[in-house]
Amino acid sequence: MSTLTLGVSRGHVELIQFFRDRTALVFTFAFPGMLLLLFGTIFQDSYDQPGVSASHVFTASMIAYGILATAFVTMGAGLAMDREDGTLKRLHGTPISATSYILGKLFLVLVLSVAETVVLIAIGVFVFSMSLPDASHWLTFAWVFLLSVIACSLLGMAVSAIVKHARTAGAILNVPVVALQFISGVFIYPVTQLPSWLISVASIFPVKWMAQGFRSVFLPDGMRVNEAAGQWELGRVALVLGAWCVIALVLCLVTFRWTRPDR
Amino acid sequence: MTAIEVRGLRKAYRGREVVSGIDLDVARGEVFALLGPNGAGKTTTTEILEGHRRRDGGEVRVLGADPGTAGSDWRARIGIVLQDADDAADLTVGEMVKHVAGFYAGPRAPAEVLALVGLTDRKDSRIRTLSGGQRRRLDVALGIVGRPELLFLDEPTTGFDPEARRNFWDLIRALAGEGTTILLTTHYLEEAEALADRLAVLAGGEIVAQGTPAALGGRASAGAKVSWRVDGVLRTEQVPDPTPLIRELVEAKTDLSTLTVTRPTLEDTYLALIGAHR
Ligand SMILES: Nc1ncnc2c1ncn2[C@@H]1O[C@H](COP(=O)(O)OP(=O)(O)OP(=O)(O)O)[C@@H](O)[C@H]1O
Ligand SMILES: [Mg+2]
Repeated sequence: MSTLTLGVSRGHVELIQFFRDRTALVFTFAFPGMLLLLFGTIFQDSYDQPGVSASHVFTASMIAYGILATAFVTMGAGLAMDREDGTLKRLHGTPISATSYILGKLFLVLVLSVAETVVLIAIGVFVFSMSLPDASHWLTFAWVFLLSVIACSLLGMAVSAIVKHARTAGAILNVPVVALQFISGVFIYPVTQLPSWLISVASIFPVKWMAQGFRSVFLPDGMRVNEAAGQWELGRVALVLGAWCVIALVLCLVTFRWTRPDR
Repeated sequence: MTAIEVRGLRKAYRGREVVSGIDLDVARGEVFALLGPNGAGKTTTTEILEGHRRRDGGEVRVLGADPGTAGSDWRARIGIVLQDADDAADLTVGEMVKHVAGFYAGPRAPAEVLALVGLTDRKDSRIRTLSGGQRRRLDVALGIVGRPELLFLDEPTTGFDPEARRNFWDLIRALAGEGTTILLTTHYLEEAEALADRLAVLAGGEIVAQGTPAALGGRASAGAKVSWRVDGVLRTEQVPDPTPLIRELVEAKTDLSTLTVTRPTLEDTYLALIGAHR
C-alpha cells in the first residue's frame, strides 16, 4: 500500500472518530462560531469606511481563531490522546509509516478547518450581512488559508511532544491560543491600541499574520490603515507563515516519537 | 531456523534493573510460552522483541533483524497483541479490522478474522461498547489479520470465558499448524501446557527454568504420589515409578477403590520454582 493511500485511509477513520465524539465536535467546532455571534452582537461600532461594521472585522479575524482551534488544538490534543490510548503504539506494530499517520491527521484538520471557516463566513454573511469579496481576493484567501492550516497543525504536533498527559493537553494548548489572540488583533481591534512592544511580540507568531491576511480578503481596501503598518503587507504574511511552516516541520521531525520517552 | 534469538538481554527503568541478562531461543514454527509472576518482566521482554521498547544491553534478533531498528517490511511479518489497548473506541469492530487489514499486502479477509475470534455478531458495535473479553478478542483479531509469520501474544486470554478460551486455543493450534511462530505470555498454566511446545519461567528478571511443559523443572522425573485407604485410614507413598507399588497392592488383594496416583501439575512445578527463587 502506498503512503498516500494509507494516509487517506487514516484520514477516513480520523474523521469517523472525530464526528462520533460529540463533545469534541461541539467544543472545537461550535466555540469559534459562538464567540463570533457574541462579539459581533455586542460590539456594534462602525468605522469611517461605509458599509463596514465591527462584526465584519470579527468575522474575518475569527477565521484565524477557527483555524487555531481546529488545526493547532485538534492536532496537538489528538496526538497526545493517540499516544496515551495506544493508537500510536498499535500503528507502530504494523507496517504503516509515520508519514501516513501524519497525512491522515492533516486530512482531518483540513476538512475540519474548511468546515469551520464555512460556518464562520456563513455567520458573517447571513447574520451580519457581510458581502463576499471578488475572485482575486479568493486567491489570497486560498494561500493564506493553506499556509495557516499547515503551520498551525505542524506546530500543534510539535507542541504535543511536551504534553505529558492527554487530559492536560487542552489546557496547555489553549494558553498560547488565547494569549496570541488578544495581542494579534483578533479580539482587540485595531491592534494599534496595544503598546508597540506587544505588537512586536505578536509579530513573531503566526496568528497576527493569519488574521491580517483574512482581513485583507474580507474587508474593503481602505481598512488597511487600521493595521499595525497601515498596510495589508501580504508579502510579509506569506513570508512569516511560510517560515513557520518550515520551522514547525523541523520541530515535528525532531520531536515525533511513536512511543513515550520513558519506554 | 530461529525466529527469536536473545543473548544477555538487559533492561532497567530509572536505574532499577527488571531484566538482568536473559537468553532465549525460539525456533520457527514453535509455540513458546513465557511464564512468571506479576512484574517479572514478561511484558518488558516481549515489547523489546516487538520493537516497542529500547533495551539497555544484549543482542536481539527477531526474524533476522534487530527490532530496535527494523523497518516497515519487518513489521509486516509480525503480529502483536499487547497486554492492554484501548484505542479506536469510537470505531466499530468491523471498521477497525478492515482498516488495519488495509496496512498489509496480503491480509486475511476481515469477515474471516471476525469469525475466527467469534465476533461476527458484534461487527457493527462500537469498540467502546465491547465487554472486556470481547475487546481482548478484537485485539487478537487485529494481531492476526496481517497473516504474521511471528505472533506475539501478551496475556491474550485475560477475561475470556471458558468457551472463548477453548476456541482461542483451537485458533492458536491452527495458526501453529500453518507454521506461525508464537510467543505467548500467560498466567494460566493449563493454557501454557495446552499450547506451548516449550516454555520459560521468568522471575526477578532472570530465567529460572526452561523446557517442555512435561519436563519443566524436573517434572518428568519427579515421580508420583500414590494414596489409598485401608479401613478408612489414608496411606500415602511417594515413588519414582508407581507401577511396582500398584502391582504389589493388586497382588496383595488390597481394596483399591480409593486409589489415586498424582503427578506434579505444571502449576505445582511452577510454584515450586517461583518459591525456590524467592
Ligand atoms: N515504563 C515503565 N517505567 C518504569 N517501570 C516499569 C515500566 N514498565 C514496567 N516497569 C516495571 O518493570 C517491572 C516488570 O514489568 P513488566 O510489565 O515487564 O512485568 P510483567 O511480567 O509483564 O507483569 P504482569 O504479569 O503483571 O503483566 C515491574 O516492576 C514494573 O513496575
Ligand atoms: Mg505483563
